[in-house]
Amino acid sequence: MTETEYQHPLMKAYWAQLDTGFEPIADVFEDVMAEALAILSREGIDAYLEAARVIGKLGRGVQPMLAFMEEWPTSAKTIGESGLPAIMAMIQRMQKSPNGKAITPFLETLAPVARKLRSQERMGRYLDIVLDFMERTTGSIHGHHTTFPSPGLPDFFAQAPFLLGQLTLAGMKNWVEYGIRNYRGHPERQKDYFSLQSADSRAVLQRERHGTLFMDVERKLDLYLHGLWRESEQLVPYSTAFDEMRRPVPYYDKLGMRIPDVYDDVILPLPLGEGRGEGAALDLALSVDSTLLPHPRPLPQGGRGEIRITGIDRYRVTLAHMVGHRRWTEAQIADNWSPFQRMAVEFFEDCRVETLLCREYPGLKRIFLALHPKPVEDACDPETTSCLRHRMAMLSRALLDPDHGYGDADLLDYVRRFHDLMATGIASTKEIAVLALSYVAKTRRQSDQLARVHFADTVVDYRDDNRQMWKFIEDSDDEEMFEKEKKRTPSEELKGLPPRHYPEWDYHSQTYRPDWVSVYEALHPKGNPADIDKLLLKHGALAKRLKRILDLLKPQDKVRIRYQEEGSELDLDVALRSLIDFKGGATPDPRINMSHRTNGRDISVMLLLDLSESLNEKATGGDQTILELSQEAVSLLAWAVEQLGDPFAIAGFHSNTRHDVRYLHIKGYSERWGDDAKARLAAMEANYSTRMGAAMRHAAHYLEARPADKKLMLILTDGQPSDIDTNDEQLLIEDARQAVKELDRKGIFTYCISLDPKADEYVSGIFGRQYTVIDNIQRLPEKLPELFLALTK
Amino acid sequence: MSTDKEQYKVHQQPYYQAQGKEVTLYEAAYRNRLPVMVKGPTGCGKSRFIEYMAWKLDKPLITVACNEDMTASDLVGRYLLEANGTRWLDGPLTTAARIGAICYLDEIVEARQDTTVVIHPLTDHRRTLPLDKKGELIHAHPDFQLVISYNPGYQSLMKDLKQSTKQRFTAFDFDYPDTALETTILAKETGLDEATSAKLVKIAHTARNLKGHGLDEGISTRLLVYAATLIKDGVDPLDACRMALVRPITDDADIRETLDHAIDATFA
Repeated sequence: MTETEYQHPLMKAYWAQLDTGFEPIADVFEDVMAEALAILSREGIDAYLEAARVIGKLGRGVQPMLAFMEEWPTSAKTIGESGLPAIMAMIQRMQKSPNGKAITPFLETLAPVARKLRSQERMGRYLDIVLDFMERTTGSIHGHHTTFPSPGLPDFFAQAPFLLGQLTLAGMKNWVEYGIRNYRGHPERQKDYFSLQSADSRAVLQRERHGTLFMDVERKLDLYLHGLWRESEQLVPYSTAFDEMRRPVPYYDKLGMRIPDVYDDVILPLPLGEGRGEGAALDLALSVDSTLLPHPRPLPQGGRGEIRITGIDRYRVTLAHMVGHRRWTEAQIADNWSPFQRMAVEFFEDCRVETLLCREYPGLKRIFLALHPKPVEDACDPETTSCLRHRMAMLSRALLDPDHGYGDADLLDYVRRFHDLMATGIASTKEIAVLALSYVAKTRRQSDQLARVHFADTVVDYRDDNRQMWKFIEDSDDEEMFEKEKKRTPSEELKGLPPRHYPEWDYHSQTYRPDWVSVYEALHPKGNPADIDKLLLKHGALAKRLKRILDLLKPQDKVRIRYQEEGSELDLDVALRSLIDFKGGATPDPRINMSHRTNGRDISVMLLLDLSESLNEKATGGDQTILELSQEAVSLLAWAVEQLGDPFAIAGFHSNTRHDVRYLHIKGYSERWGDDAKARLAAMEANYSTRMGAAMRHAAHYLEARPADKKLMLILTDGQPSDIDTNDEQLLIEDARQAVKELDRKGIFTYCISLDPKADEYVSGIFGRQYTVIDNIQRLPEKLPELFLALTK
Repeated sequence: MSTDKEQYKVHQQPYYQAQGKEVTLYEAAYRNRLPVMVKGPTGCGKSRFIEYMAWKLDKPLITVACNEDMTASDLVGRYLLEANGTRWLDGPLTTAARIGAICYLDEIVEARQDTTVVIHPLTDHRRTLPLDKKGELIHAHPDFQLVISYNPGYQSLMKDLKQSTKQRFTAFDFDYPDTALETTILAKETGLDEATSAKLVKIAHTARNLKGHGLDEGISTRLLVYAATLIKDGVDPLDACRMALVRPITDDADIRETLDHAIDATFA
């Protein structure tokens, strides 16, 4: 406004250039300009003011302009002034789309985002993601001419800095992609997803995180504990993604060792020369935000001039440190010691344990030293700050690192005493505690009590919180009590089995949707077993014919293999013929031996029945429903397999959305084909839809556990996989196809018997060549057993 | 038909470091011609022990490595076709019974069960071997003794000895020697210094701890000898260990990485 008067003519000119009447801008103008002038060049200032003017004229109120004026100078510092046009282009795009409201959140998080991205090129890729996101989620609803703004975009901008802290740009792209694909049609759920409220949003985030994920290396860590330390402790990860305020620290208790769910690689510059005075550089690298790291290089020891400690190595030393405590630390009574004394004892004990660990495996020392901070000797001013932590961290460094280079006389004295003590053997927690207490007493300063504590470079992040080191005789009031028993609320009696979760394949992105489908397993209700016996009687003639084939198929113990050059016995017929050839001057056949091979059948079979609604339809050319015919066929098959003696299970499935896939147990492997199983088969009913992939995965986990050589899964279905919560027909087909591939990798042979005359269109897509389409459903009862026999011959 | 006994003799003393009383016990078993079974994980020195005992007792030793395709006639003998008919050829077991050798059937479980039963008549008081195809009954030479080796480590349901076979033998249970002894063995066998040998043994223990967690067998003494030999030849210990200790025993990437880490941590 005109009444705003600036003393400096230059300021006045700038204000004029801005051409705005917003009051709040005037309030902060001088401050932001001071900052901008310090950072931007002259052209930069002009562009800055011009951009701010344009944003002010967008008609979106003061907020966007204010955000821009505050954020841009710091952003420009990290990504460069020349990044502005791209940002402005983005704003224009948003302004022209219905997403004008998102401009403010976009600008508000610009500076933190820029800090994470650090380069213009990466900023460009971020903008590409944003643009793609915006275009794909801004929608028009049929019948309305107005287009609707993208529901998730403002939430996404609000989360962007956090996301970039956890994910690489590629990971962020995948995360965004997943959200758009699955929630494009659900504005509310889209918001939940992009504001990180929904469970799968967090799950996908977890999957895409950079660094070494615990779940990827869990087995390696188990092996590490077993192999190197003979420990078989349960490893429990805790999440580091959502605790910004208070970083959890590793610890162990009766229930297992708690470690972070992800560790990033740490890159340290190689100490130059003597390695003195390099502390500052080291700490910088330690605290560097890991999104800035370039893509991990394959070498564990990075290029010249740096040391790379991989995530798995960080896990290993964390575990090793805990193992050390478990081996060598005896719990001490803490009541009579002050918190400072306890801290000192902990530092000393940690060093003792690590020294002992390095005796066992000297190679650990390299990693310990790389991860242990190296405090600079005079970084802490004892006049104004409590330096106890700093002193202890320096001592801890010095105890481990012979080249510590510190000059403090007390410190050197105690390092010597520590090594003297350790030279006698493994020492003990008690002896170390005595040493630690005397160190605290000797170096104590009044300023240790000050509230301002020097924290920089004093946290050794691979060490656990030492809670197991202390015993409290009385409940203290100044500490958190870990041992306190928590009240247990008696959990409700479970009805049925808890659900099992299975992933589902999303062919668009070629990834799994984690824990997408819930499968509930239950016993199939029972009916009257006599019905099944009646069915078998009805097919008596067929049964007789099958019986003859079965007798032929029954395992015969020895099979003769003839025409062997080397074998257990001479095959006289062939040998004579050979001899005659030989005497007659022809070349004799040398394959005159024969041997025997035992021919055991070792097949486990799983018959999976589709029990979806469509089975209730009448089969063409008869008055029986497909369900009844299937029932007959399955009865006959079960009877036949029982005769053969192959282990055999039957289960049915249907689904009512991904949250409710039911897997109905009809006959198990250890059950006989008796009244129980027959009763369940007799009560077979058809309902709901066909989510085949999940049912196959569930059935496979039973089949997989069978010890048989050959595992066969027969799937009897009358239609293509589908469910009411999926609009994309292809999705569940592709998922089933993926399930077949998974099963194949597990050594399970899948075979589909389709009753759908139109099945040719999709069934070969799913099962490859392992399928039969039965056109004449009337003949199913005789076809099914025959098919089985042919398959297993 | 006479066979040259000398060719089966062990002429040079094999290096064998006794772990316990097995040498005297074996001598007692041999004095009484009792069949002997040696059990233990692969590469722990079973075959070396038998070789050593054959040398000590100065008896010929006939070794048969058993395999799945081996049949009874591979042990006993068979007819071969010749220009003018057929000729009988003794199998190793028959030869041993004739000349009075120690017949050592290595990894007997590898052979099929119907093959293993042919040794039964030789192992009890009868000490005979009927050659039914030839119509001959061989009475074993007084010096003949039967020894089998057997690795219970990869016992599967399919590959186990029948009780009727097991109960015809006296048995020695072998295991990897303890740390100090194994270090000495390595040093003696290859001439490597004790300190490096001890490190190799430590790595072996890491792998042995992992048995059952994806490893069927830990690193054997034999592999340690290989590694020590390589190191002695000037190969970098890290490479030698990877090549001789880790790569042979596993294809599992996780285990490989864990063992590689153990090597790095040990040879720092």
